[in-house]
Amino acid sequence: MEGSETSKGTTLRYAFGNVLSFFILVLIGVLAFSIRLFSVIKYESVIHEFDPYFNYRVTQFLTKNGIYDFWNWFDDRTWYPLGRVIGGTVYPGLTLTAGSIWWIVNSLNIPLSVETVCVFTAPIFSAFASWATYLLTKEVKGAGAGLTAAVLLAMVPSYISRSVAGSYDNEAVAIFALIFTFYLYIKTLNTGSLFYATLNAIAYFYMVCSWGGYTFIINLIPMHVLLCIVTGRFSSRLYIAYCPLVVLGTLLAALVPVVGFNAVMTSEHFASFLVFIIIHVVAVVHYIKGILSPKMFKVAVTFVISIGLVVGFAVLAVLVAMVASSPTKGWSGRSLSLLDPTYASKYIPIIASVSEHQPPTWPSYFMDINVLAFLVPAGIVACFSPLSDASSFAVLYIVTSVYFSGVMVRLMLVLAPAACIMSGIALSGAFDVFTRSIKFQLPGVAGNSQTDAGDSSSDSVVAQKDVVKTEKSEDAVKERPSKKNRKKEKEHVEKPSVKSQIKKRLLVLPLEASVIAILLLVLLGAFYVVHSVWAAAEAYSAPSIVLTSYSNDGLHVFDDFREAYAWLSHNTEVDDKVASWWDYGYQTTAMANRTVIVDNNTWNNTHIATVGTAMSSPEKAAWEIFDSLDVKYVLVVFGGLVGYPSDDINKFLWMVRIGGGVFPHIKEPDYLRDGQYRIDSEATPTMLNCLMYKLSYYRFVETDGKAFDRVRRTEIGKKYFKLTHFEEVFTTHHWMVRIYKLKPPKNRIRGKAKKSKSKASSTSSKKRSGSKNKNPWH
Amino acid sequence: MSMGFRFDLLLFTIALLSVPVLSDLILSKVDRRVDLTSQIVRITSTLKVENEGTDLVSEVLLAFPDNQAKKLAHLVATPNEGKGKTKSSAVSLPVEVVQPDGMPPALTFYSVSLPKGLGKGDTFTLDVLAVFTHALQPFPEKISQADIQLVVFYETAHYLSPYMVKVQSLSVKLPDARIESFTKIENAKIQGSEIKYGPYENLPPFSYSPIVVHFEGNQPFAVAQELERELEISHWGSVQVTEHYNLIHGGAQSKGEFSRLDYQARPYIRGASAVRRLVAKLPPRAHSVYYRDEIGNISTSNLWGDHKKTELVIEPRYPMFGGWRTAFTIGYGLPLQDFLFESGKKRYLNISFGSPMDEVVIDTLIVKVVLPEGSRDISVSAPFPVKQWQETKLSHLDVVGRPVIVLEKTNVVPEHNQYFQVYYKFNSLSMFIEPLMLISGYFLLFVACIIYTHADLSISKSSPSYLAKLQWDEVQAAVQQVQNIISRCLTIHDKLEASLRDLSRSGDVQACKAARKAFDGLLKDLSKDLKPLLAFLQSSPQAAPILPKVEDLVAKERDLQEKLMVKHSTVVDSYEKNSGRRETENRVASQQQKITALRQEVDDLFEIIDEI
Repeated sequence: MEGSETSKGTTLRYAFGNVLSFFILVLIGVLAFSIRLFSVIKYESVIHEFDPYFNYRVTQFLTKNGIYDFWNWFDDRTWYPLGRVIGGTVYPGLTLTAGSIWWIVNSLNIPLSVETVCVFTAPIFSAFASWATYLLTKEVKGAGAGLTAAVLLAMVPSYISRSVAGSYDNEAVAIFALIFTFYLYIKTLNTGSLFYATLNAIAYFYMVCSWGGYTFIINLIPMHVLLCIVTGRFSSRLYIAYCPLVVLGTLLAALVPVVGFNAVMTSEHFASFLVFIIIHVVAVVHYIKGILSPKMFKVAVTFVISIGLVVGFAVLAVLVAMVASSPTKGWSGRSLSLLDPTYASKYIPIIASVSEHQPPTWPSYFMDINVLAFLVPAGIVACFSPLSDASSFAVLYIVTSVYFSGVMVRLMLVLAPAACIMSGIALSGAFDVFTRSIKFQLPGVAGNSQTDAGDSSSDSVVAQKDVVKTEKSEDAVKERPSKKNRKKEKEHVEKPSVKSQIKKRLLVLPLEASVIAILLLVLLGAFYVVHSVWAAAEAYSAPSIVLTSYSNDGLHVFDDFREAYAWLSHNTEVDDKVASWWDYGYQTTAMANRTVIVDNNTWNNTHIATVGTAMSSPEKAAWEIFDSLDVKYVLVVFGGLVGYPSDDINKFLWMVRIGGGVFPHIKEPDYLRDGQYRIDSEATPTMLNCLMYKLSYYRFVETDGKAFDRVRRTEIGKKYFKLTHFEEVFTTHHWMVRIYKLKPPKNRIRGKAKKSKSKASSTSSKKRSGSKNKNPWH
Repeated sequence: MSMGFRFDLLLFTIALLSVPVLSDLILSKVDRRVDLTSQIVRITSTLKVENEGTDLVSEVLLAFPDNQAKKLAHLVATPNEGKGKTKSSAVSLPVEVVQPDGMPPALTFYSVSLPKGLGKGDTFTLDVLAVFTHALQPFPEKISQADIQLVVFYETAHYLSPYMVKVQSLSVKLPDARIESFTKIENAKIQGSEIKYGPYENLPPFSYSPIVVHFEGNQPFAVAQELERELEISHWGSVQVTEHYNLIHGGAQSKGEFSRLDYQARPYIRGASAVRRLVAKLPPRAHSVYYRDEIGNISTSNLWGDHKKTELVIEPRYPMFGGWRTAFTIGYGLPLQDFLFESGKKRYLNISFGSPMDEVVIDTLIVKVVLPEGSRDISVSAPFPVKQWQETKLSHLDVVGRPVIVLEKTNVVPEHNQYFQVYYKFNSLSMFIEPLMLISGYFLLFVACIIYTHADLSISKSSPSYLAKLQWDEVQAAVQQVQNIISRCLTIHDKLEASLRDLSRSGDVQACKAARKAFDGLLKDLSKDLKPLLAFLQSSPQAAPILPKVEDLVAKERDLQEKLMVKHSTVVDSYEKNSGRRETENRVASQQQKITALRQEVDDLFEIIDEI
């Protein structure tokens, strides 16, 4: 009787634990989703920044025209007159995901707009990503660590910065795909199941569809396999985990148009093939070792090695010759700048000019992963006791991602999940040790040994979960165990076997030390939560197309970008071409639906350099360049009136550099006075006469009489000037966007230029007066 | 434009020569007041009709030139019952388009039916309100930002009528601004911002004397080229209104240059005719108001309200100059009980037709009324003729779709803001279909989950791995039972110890002995229970890895049991012999040590087995 009851008790307890962790996971999903809604609540449900607008436009096209038109889409509204093959140059994962969500929702007759779906894709996938983190960490170090890591990932600021509602970018789904692929790899490695291996290849395919960062996977996993082989951990499970992934994964990756034959031709993928060969050699060796006697085996080894060396050298020579024959050694520019951090700044200004390709600063580590940075080393240590296949993978992952994040601030995003996993392991391990030592030292707790042990360990997981989640539950944590203990104390006042229980635990810390340590950990977690919420609410939720500022008279909204785009879309011809610096290309095509010359997909350096040259040329030369490109409107962003720092004047040096890289008559020193970039009276005449300067400051002096630029904090150099080849057609409310129209070329009139000018003006005035005098009814 | 107009005039004059006198009616007095203060032209005419013939006449003809008739948005005739009565009490007279014979071309006739026929010498006075859109033409057609907007208006100084007019006068009310020029004919004079023509007396039918007024009209010419209003009824308590505007500034075209500087410095001089803001007068208790366009929320709006109305002031994203366009959407919810009523078995929606914005001319207005799914017997009653058809809309979780009544009307002015009714039948229970659908959907999901977790979905029931898994489950169950039994033994051990403590406290040796006997029996029973389990484990090949541990555990437990019994009996014996406490402890101590060690080993084994 009693026995069956206790067995029921244990199953009930397991069921309870499962249900509890299920609910915790659901809550983690809710947390991950809702912490990213600050941008919708504080601003509005709108697409953010630059690239998301392109993705949004592609998704609109996909939902309107269907998948086949999408693959064949040649976009003639951008890169005029070249156009761009969107279907073949875009990573389709994100758009296909959002497109299918939209399709499913609409086929259920829930009328959500494409925009709404796009805005909320990133938060939904961050919930998925935290669940994937749970699964991955569970495979590495157990469920407790999994839950902790999941909760950490749900609110890691680095990931929030790329996945707030409205940040509709590739990374939003790619991080989920990355973690999930890793999870399936580890799962296959732990189980040796072909089923998971196949799933792994499919997950890898999804990752390839989603983000160029898939090369990280296809290099990291071979590295881990190699590590396993070198450390003597080769097993059939490893073989099953790796080989199907390479074969199926490469085949699937080649299906994605943007990757295509790159999946077998570029150097980024060579590591995987090399390891593929190695693992087969190792497998063969293992097999032969099994069927041969040791003596025969030795003979065979010497034989094979001598032949193998010859063949190996031959293959290597061919490979080196092939790789060396291509100018970039078969590596793309972005990958090369990863391997050699100085590469981009030396050779490709267009990559260097993007702020997210710069190396990060130390504060940005603290900003983006916060206390995790301190917990990671502890996690690494925890992974070594004991070192398994899975935990060695986690260690390798964190080490490589730390390196990459040090090269490019954008790749901080890859570091974040690794840091969360490590910190999850560390935190959960620490809590485990501390709660256990408290438990075994408190009198009376050790009663019905097994029952309690299981109970409290699951308790500790829960407690720690709560702690990390909200500071509120702090007291609950403190109270919960003690309450329980008190109860137990009453139940069995005296227990004989307490001493033996204590003896049995060697890993026990003093009671006071562990209580204090738990409190400190809780504080650390609380600090992380506060920081993350702050980052989500304040630092990362601004959509960047709407700016706000608080002043004495309340909230001030700067909605100038959309004002300008709305004006363009309603008051210009459908086929007009708009020239601007490439930053605003995606937004112009998406919001204003006008053809642009260059956009944020910086695939053609010459074209961008042409626009850069035009912006840095004097008016007439610029007019000729623009006219040759059929441009009708020129759009510049100017922050001098309201103090918006990321305007075109501040980006101007990059235009000069990129322009000068292709057209040597543009020389950077011409725009600098003693190596300094300035726009005040000390500025060079080239600077004061270039188009960008003129378009930005046209009639600026009339606003305050002094022409004080609030961004550069100085009075501008040349205050009064007229435009000869451009006319102002629109300026937004805060002057942040100014749109100019190219004046039509003047009629050629014989005689002197001066004369023709005066004549032209007189005729126009005559016309005007004539029209006034002309009465309609005479 | 003016050329074409003059051509029309030529036609009239030719036509006039050959027109017979229509009937014996004459207009003994005509007063016309033209209101040009907004972009919508309103002409109010007071006609005193007199029958000079002998026949009973029951209808009066009103004539408009075709080009004016095209711009005519609204025409209403009301009997004028003297000054004592208010206008609103008057019921408007039925008006319809007619095409009488023998009339000159290029004229459109409307016939007003009088409430009762006019006999010989009877008179009747009626007010006719005609509202025109696009009747003011900007001239010059293109202006720069600094220019003021000038418009021209064409009318006839003599009332165009198929009847003879005895006495008539015309007054044109202009906005308080500059008058560029006006046609000066006899009896024309200017009074403040009003131009007066007349009185003219005894003019024959179809008299026509064109006049042109050219004046400064800086009022905004906001024209909605298309407005789509969607009224969605939810029986859960609200009417959701969504209005998509496609707005253009219909005044003089801007020449292209726009200087924000000039506009900000002197907004009412540089940009006098720009559309800055629009005011929408929403019904009271309107809630969830939003104002956005296709690229997001527009932050320049203001909302306030009291119990009579809600006022929404919206500014377009940019000030609209002549010819500029914009498009936006406003939406709001209204409480259902204010607009939905029941009459008999039917329900009806009673809501206003036009846009809530005053002074917006709407070229094409489409009103869609989305009724709840399952509505039947739908009919519409509108105060003026509209084009009407029916659609279906699929919205939240609909299965068959919601019926949509579409009403279309061109040339809509604020005068059309009248209530119209949509009648339909709807069963209140259908409201619950969708929640029930959701509930049953979730229910089925959970049922499916339960079935999935309880069903055995393995493909092959005879595969070795599957059988091995089954056996392993059995082994685990058996091991679990063994563990349970052992832990019960351990609790009995604890109780034995407790009985010893009782002995030292109460000194009741007999009770202690009895307890030992009882416990002994229990332990024997338990060890009997253990036997079949152990036998099973030994027989099962799957249990091979775990078996030694289990056997070890059982052996250890038995050992422990024996030791405990010995200790117990020793203590009881020594108690009986009344030997000293210290002596007893000495004798027991060695046993106690062994017991503790054994107990710890048993615990360790427990954990090891758990881990396996």
